[in-house]
Amino acid sequence: MTDDLSVIPAQAAPGLPGRGRVASEARRQVGGAPTAALDPSPDGQPLQAVPAIRGGDDANKQQTEPFFAEQALPATRVRGYWQSVFYRLRHDPVTLVFAAMVLMIVLAAVFAPFLAPFDPYKESIVGRLKPFGWRGHPLGTDELGRDMLSRLLFGGRVSLLMGVVPVLLASLVGGMLGVIGGFIGGRTNTAIMRTMDVFYAFPSVLLAVAIAGAMGGGMANGMLALTLVFIPPMCRMAETATTQVRALDFIEAARASGAQPMTIIRYHVLGNVLGPVFIYASSLVSVSILLASGLSFLGLGVRPPLPDWGLMLSTLRQSIYVVPFVCALPGLAIFITSICCNLVSDGLRAAMDVRM
Amino acid sequence: MGRYILRRILYAIPIAFGVSVVCFSLVYIAPGDPLQTVMPPDATAETIAIVKHAYGFDKPLPMQFLIWLGRVVTGDFGMSIATRRPVIREVSDALSNTALLAMFAVPISFFIGYVMGAVAGSFAGRWIDRVVTGAAVVGVSLPNYWLGIVLVIFFAVQYMLLPATGMGPTGSAGFNPLHWSHAKFLVLPVVTLSMIPVGILARTTRAAVAEVRNQDFVQTLRAKGLSEWAVTRHVLKNSLPQVMAVMGLQFGYLLGGSILVETVFTWPGSGFLLSKAIINRDVPVLQGTILTLSLVFVATNLIVDLLQSLIDPRIRRA
Repeated sequence: MTDDLSVIPAQAAPGLPGRGRVASEARRQVGGAPTAALDPSPDGQPLQAVPAIRGGDDANKQQTEPFFAEQALPATRVRGYWQSVFYRLRHDPVTLVFAAMVLMIVLAAVFAPFLAPFDPYKESIVGRLKPFGWRGHPLGTDELGRDMLSRLLFGGRVSLLMGVVPVLLASLVGGMLGVIGGFIGGRTNTAIMRTMDVFYAFPSVLLAVAIAGAMGGGMANGMLALTLVFIPPMCRMAETATTQVRALDFIEAARASGAQPMTIIRYHVLGNVLGPVFIYASSLVSVSILLASGLSFLGLGVRPPLPDWGLMLSTLRQSIYVVPFVCALPGLAIFITSICCNLVSDGLRAAMDVRM
Repeated sequence: MGRYILRRILYAIPIAFGVSVVCFSLVYIAPGDPLQTVMPPDATAETIAIVKHAYGFDKPLPMQFLIWLGRVVTGDFGMSIATRRPVIREVSDALSNTALLAMFAVPISFFIGYVMGAVAGSFAGRWIDRVVTGAAVVGVSLPNYWLGIVLVIFFAVQYMLLPATGMGPTGSAGFNPLHWSHAKFLVLPVVTLSMIPVGILARTTRAAVAEVRNQDFVQTLRAKGLSEWAVTRHVLKNSLPQVMAVMGLQFGYLLGGSILVETVFTWPGSGFLLSKAIINRDVPVLQGTILTLSLVFVATNLIVDLLQSLIDPRIRRA
């Protein structure tokens, strides 16, 4: 759970070899990537190599393209970046299958009111803790006699919301801080990054629990706590990417030709930073779902009677001696959602060829 | 070398300071007055002023922080609201129980995760790599609190092989991990706790090993006629710093982030203490536990950085 959140920052930490190496690798790629250009695509057709750093700048293109013309095999159909991303995605059945599953989970949550066979709040005193298939309840009932399938469907809404919203907010705030810091550099950057370092010093679960615990739980506070947990890694991610791009020649060229800083950020920096940020954000969704359910499990997230997978797991935990398998269901839902999100994120990372 | 160590230690000081600022402010992000818990609801304004003065709440915030910091440095974290015991005692008792879990979970998960990742990275693209990568994704995506419940359902409820919760006949005092009647209480929590670090380490190690294997020097080693085993040794050594960074973070997680697992197994460790403190709204305990755990985490990261620089001299020069 702490995992993906911590893996990347560790490599990008100041003073570690990660940053310098990635930067030099990126530069080598821009200079022309002979190995990548000769690397055939899965069907044996050579692909247009996509430079790791994309500059929306003509100087950069002129620098790379003649190189490919010499080196690349003749009669290569040149694909644009997004074309090759979709090409690779189309030829990745694992990612496609799991992306379809994520879509199904999302649709099931969105259309829960139409799909649910029962009212998720309707309690029944006689129908408490019944096994699978009891009187038309395909997945049994919970400790208050509410239909499990309906609650799982509605619970998906809350759990997915708590998984996605913090990541979106954190990408926005953290990404912005990182780009600003990385672009301005100097003291501003040091101030921003050192503040982030402090939040890094907490294990992520602990930080989420501490903030949510101090603020007293609830869905909004839980989401706020998770957002605060995700801002530092997101900021560091964006800062590293921005610093790398900023050192490249085409930024210098843009500046020399009189472009305003905002223009450079908009046209040259963001294009290179959004990819890594997007990929990192997608990998955080699964972490966020796990953490959010964890908070609800501890009673710090969603409040009853709102159905949420983490909360359902925590209340049903008391009943594992009565209907053990019904009690395991909410956790299974969390697990399936999280693994699908993880695999889709891995597939996207491979397809978009983002190094982090 | 000496300069690097000094610089790294000096760098940890502002971080530790920042951590204590965050922990201090936890009391103030809590809704309502921090005095609410000790004050009768019908207290007059005069009484409130007196109590505020007694607790030092009438001083400006930076002053309050310095006073609090001074007490914390001397080991005085205040009193638990729920148990009326000194927070430092509560925390140290709980931390030793968590350390007991970590003592088993750390070597087991680090070893399994590292071996899995090293094998997968060495055979990148082959079937064994796919199996390991798949298993690692499962480990990373598992909600460990749910895994704990499922393990309890199978091993405690269905087959009654292992105890479901708690620390055994004598509790935390006199717990003897060498005796099966005690040690069996460790099995399920340790397995549950190990699952995520195994997945993360396998993923990181695989990526690091596969990356190092693609570097030019590996080709050189082969060209000069080294055996495959000797090449592998070089590759593993070069991938170690990256893996160690993640191990350090996971060590911190096992000490601090086990709150969910400890809650599932009612293991009286630091995580369980934390979740009790949250339920009781016991802010001093919450503050003390989080401060202690994060300082342990800062220290772990410091040690890992120093170890990394021992293995890889390039880091010192950076």
